[in-house]
Amino acid sequence: MSLSATAPLKHAGSLFAFALDTLRASVRRPFQLKEFLQQAWFVASVTIIPTALVAIPFGAVIALQVGGLIKQFGAQAFTGSAAVLAVVREASPIATALLIAGAGGSAICADLGARKIREELDAMMVLGIDPIQRLVVPRVLATMMVAFFLNGFVSVVGVMGGYVFNVVLQDGTPGSYIASFTALAHLPDLWQGQVKALVFGFIAAIVASYKGMNAGGGPKGVGDAVNQSVVITFMLLFVANFSMTAIYFQLVPPKGA
Amino acid sequence: MGVEVRVEGLTKSFGSQLIWGDVSLTLPAGEICVMLGPSGTGKSVFLKTLIGLLKPDRGHVHIEGTDIATCSERDLYEIRKLFGVLFQDGAMFGSMNLYDNVAFPLREHTKKSEAEIRSIVMEKMEMVGLVGAERKLPGEISGGMRKRAGLARALVLEPEILLFDEPDSGLDPVRTAFLNQLIIDLNEMTQATCLIVTHDINTARTVPDNIGLLYHRHLAMFGQREMLLSSEEPVVRQFLNAQRVGPIGMSEEKDADELAREADQELPPLPPIPIQQLPSSGVLRPTQRPPGDWCRENGVTPPPGSFATDVVGAT
Repeated sequence: MSLSATAPLKHAGSLFAFALDTLRASVRRPFQLKEFLQQAWFVASVTIIPTALVAIPFGAVIALQVGGLIKQFGAQAFTGSAAVLAVVREASPIATALLIAGAGGSAICADLGARKIREELDAMMVLGIDPIQRLVVPRVLATMMVAFFLNGFVSVVGVMGGYVFNVVLQDGTPGSYIASFTALAHLPDLWQGQVKALVFGFIAAIVASYKGMNAGGGPKGVGDAVNQSVVITFMLLFVANFSMTAIYFQLVPPKGA
Repeated sequence: MGVEVRVEGLTKSFGSQLIWGDVSLTLPAGEICVMLGPSGTGKSVFLKTLIGLLKPDRGHVHIEGTDIATCSERDLYEIRKLFGVLFQDGAMFGSMNLYDNVAFPLREHTKKSEAEIRSIVMEKMEMVGLVGAERKLPGEISGGMRKRAGLARALVLEPEILLFDEPDSGLDPVRTAFLNQLIIDLNEMTQATCLIVTHDINTARTVPDNIGLLYHRHLAMFGQREMLLSSEEPVVRQFLNAQRVGPIGMSEEKDADELAREADQELPPLPPIPIQQLPSSGVLRPTQRPPGDWCRENGVTPPPGSFATDVVGAT
């Protein structure tokens, strides 16, 4: 493979074109409902348990970090609000995204990559069927849906983790933890978390599908594609997260500001 | 009735690496052609370019007035319905059993009832000898079975052009002989234009009407079977007779020293041209020419012993 200065640009461009193709194919009938449900079930089944296990310490760590500091201010009553703010706004979409990309995305990439090197995708195109419409669109939509619900799930589990940690280990009062929920956070925080989860799900599935469908060079090529897809997704996720957070603060001013 | 495929000045490279350049040939309607070439000369790439899976850098592929190299995505999906392709490993969909795999194109592209689909699928399964294995998943069967299932799937839409990507790789000689016979019989029955990509010389010597040879990034020769089999052209002669003496070396091309060393070596005489394999019916296919026809027409004396009906070495 030749290295040139424009190679990364070319890849970025074709990834973007692939995303556009997928969007265009997503409105084309017939919609692959069966594949969509299968994929949604599959992605959910590989992500739910690890996500829950990650979410509990996430909430606990925030309680731990904030707890000590807040105690010095004598504002222990606000631990709950800090935990909600951190979990709902940032921790939950990111945790969701990492697991969707790491568990769901890598599986999608490996699956499509294996089909690619077995020439299944070629065979499909020769039979007059567009693999983007048939395989990629249901996977992308399924991943987005699972990310959306998973984010809600992580938010709940994370806040509960913070609660247990704060009340049981840091001698916080249950009432004030819950009562302070709305002191800093407000409803749009939840919406933006959910929107983020949708976008992250989209990015993870698109990158995984793109890498999988462009895998080459035998089984090793599939392994490389999975590896690259996870790395690229993570990088894109953090960039997207930063931009979306910045835009969100412009659109919806933080409470009390 | 088959369809003619006209290839003009086709050139393909990956990055700066030229795969082959300026390939021009015509696959005559209804005839069987074989594309030969040493390993790694881009035979499979050629086949994939013919169906538009790969875009050539230059050149045209004309099929029924459509240029595959430049036509729109929509036209491409339309024209591909004329094709049946057998991929190297069969390319069965791993998540479906063989029956669903073979029924897949019918369910996608026709409005046939399940009963009609069933009868077509079973007919094709019987043709390739896979009755009884319909409920198996592609992962559970041998490579040869996958290949035959792939052929059944390629046949269900009654294609006008059949492409075979190394049908004989990974098959035992008996199954290869059966498969070759099947290809010939299919051609007789459906008159589909067939292109077989292979490096098996047995197949190349006995099955096709026309032979092409890809070598050293170009099409060395394309023409009727007897023309190539009686050719004295060094590359063609070396490849079709599987000899070590000649311009093709172990890696790619032999260098000048090696060639100089071989210069005074006596080339073994051309082996006799075997008789072309007949369909099971025993009569010539509509596009098949009687043995020795081309040689007589062009005043070429075939090697002694050619077209003898008892020459078995090649079948």
